[in-house]
Amino acid sequence: MNVIHSLALQLKNSLRDLLPVVLVIGFFQIIVIRQPLPDTLALLDLALGLLFVVIGLTLFIKGLELGLFPLGESLARAFVQKGSVTWLLLFAFALGFGSTVAEPALIAVAARAGVVVSESGLIENSSLAQTSFAFTLRMIVALSVGTAVVVGVLRIFKGWPLHLMIIGGYVIVLLLTLLAPAELVGIAYDSGGVTTSTITVPLVTALGVGLASAIKGRNPMLDGFGLIAFASVMPIIFVLLFGIFGLGLVAEGTS
Amino acid sequence: MNMLTTFWDTLRDIFPIVAIIFGFQYLVIRKPIKHFLKVAIGFLMVWVGLSFFLLGLEQALFPMGELMASQLTSPDFLPAITEGAHRHWSDYYWVYIFAFTIGASTTIAEPSLIAVSIKAGEISGGTINPFTLRLAVALGMAFGITLGAWRIVMGLPLQWFVLGAYCLVIVQTLRSPKSIIPLAFDSGGVTTSTITVPIIAALGLGLASSIPGRSALMDGFGMIALACLFPIITVMGYAQIAQWRSNRKPQKEPFLGTSATKSHQGDTNAL
Repeated sequence: MNVIHSLALQLKNSLRDLLPVVLVIGFFQIIVIRQPLPDTLALLDLALGLLFVVIGLTLFIKGLELGLFPLGESLARAFVQKGSVTWLLLFAFALGFGSTVAEPALIAVAARAGVVVSESGLIENSSLAQTSFAFTLRMIVALSVGTAVVVGVLRIFKGWPLHLMIIGGYVIVLLLTLLAPAELVGIAYDSGGVTTSTITVPLVTALGVGLASAIKGRNPMLDGFGLIAFASVMPIIFVLLFGIFGLGLVAEGTS
Repeated sequence: MNMLTTFWDTLRDIFPIVAIIFGFQYLVIRKPIKHFLKVAIGFLMVWVGLSFFLLGLEQALFPMGELMASQLTSPDFLPAITEGAHRHWSDYYWVYIFAFTIGASTTIAEPSLIAVSIKAGEISGGTINPFTLRLAVALGMAFGITLGAWRIVMGLPLQWFVLGAYCLVIVQTLRSPKSIIPLAFDSGGVTTSTITVPIIAALGLGLASSIPGRSALMDGFGMIALACLFPIITVMGYAQIAQWRSNRKPQKEPFLGTSATKSHQGDTNAL
């Protein structure tokens, strides 16, 4: 009974959350664009799609509250009780790396990046070179997210101030931008945004908040957040570094 | 058929994470999971929910967003110009309005942002309203995307914009209440995961291919980067406004502050 009630409440929230998108699309279609929909997009299909989105959002958020959030926090607490920082850092790395390496958005961006880079002549213009570049880029981004979660977890342990570290990261990004090949700059900046997937974000947030509440002297608000911030800056740095130092190696390896 | 592939793909995405979590739980921590059934049902709901969500996006929102992006940037839709003349950037006003509104509205429906805002509301003890936080992020996102669209129309280098946004972030960081900073930095990263990226990408691509002299491949990139930076600025702005308002209240009723506002005050005093 309780579950059904909370699901109904969440359904109401999901409807509210989706309403603005529907209004924006409706306004533009009816008032601004004023063109009939193409045959491939039937109104019924669109309505069905929206229904799926609402159902999906409702189940996803409820599922997070039941499963991912409590498990993430209890795992964080268990690591603190166990007192083994090495295992915790290993876990942090595995989580960052494992959730990024198969991320569909990253695969799409990496493939597009392969085409851009080969057209601009930085690597050989062949599909083999493009694929190998895309794969290397994916690995580098996944490695960077793993490193980012490790650094973020270390920060929670030591209580280092987040803003100084992130601003330091920005400064490094700006300096590297000056040195990196121009074609890679846009790709590098965007790779920071695509890494944080819908499942990773809640889990990593629960991990950070759980750690900050389990470790004495840490404030969940001040220390619990920030892991995602590292995961957005670190890939930029890694990809720019790769553009400066690693590009030649990939080009040599495939020729 | 399509449905099965989506469910399968989502399972493949979730699997590594589940494997890592359960692997560490049973091999390293070696303790049974509390309320195992509840957690398992939760994971099942996450999987089914995410699959339905993605299925719905692919069926309704993405084709719609792509269609509208290409319609709004097509020469038939834009005001007529004389042969050979250059289009003024303001001709694309509907594109900017679309970028702003679609950016804001899709951010409101972004699942990972909802997740982070729930957590933030929980641990802030009520000083942060989850929905207001999401509104602040949505505003920043909308502004970042609009600026990105304008940049593509003007053909200006991305670096200037990122540099400018970084400077704003640094200035804001120095002036905001300390307790909001980590959350603000996080909200930059969470906004671009599921709904927004494909629609922004379609808009960027449509713009870059309809404007002479822009390459779809080169100029299409970069919108996501700006969309990640501006939420940081608006969330800190929201905290500054909240702090300013709470600083005004205690002057009227100095002894009635709750413990939550007291700790908030303590934070601001520490600055």
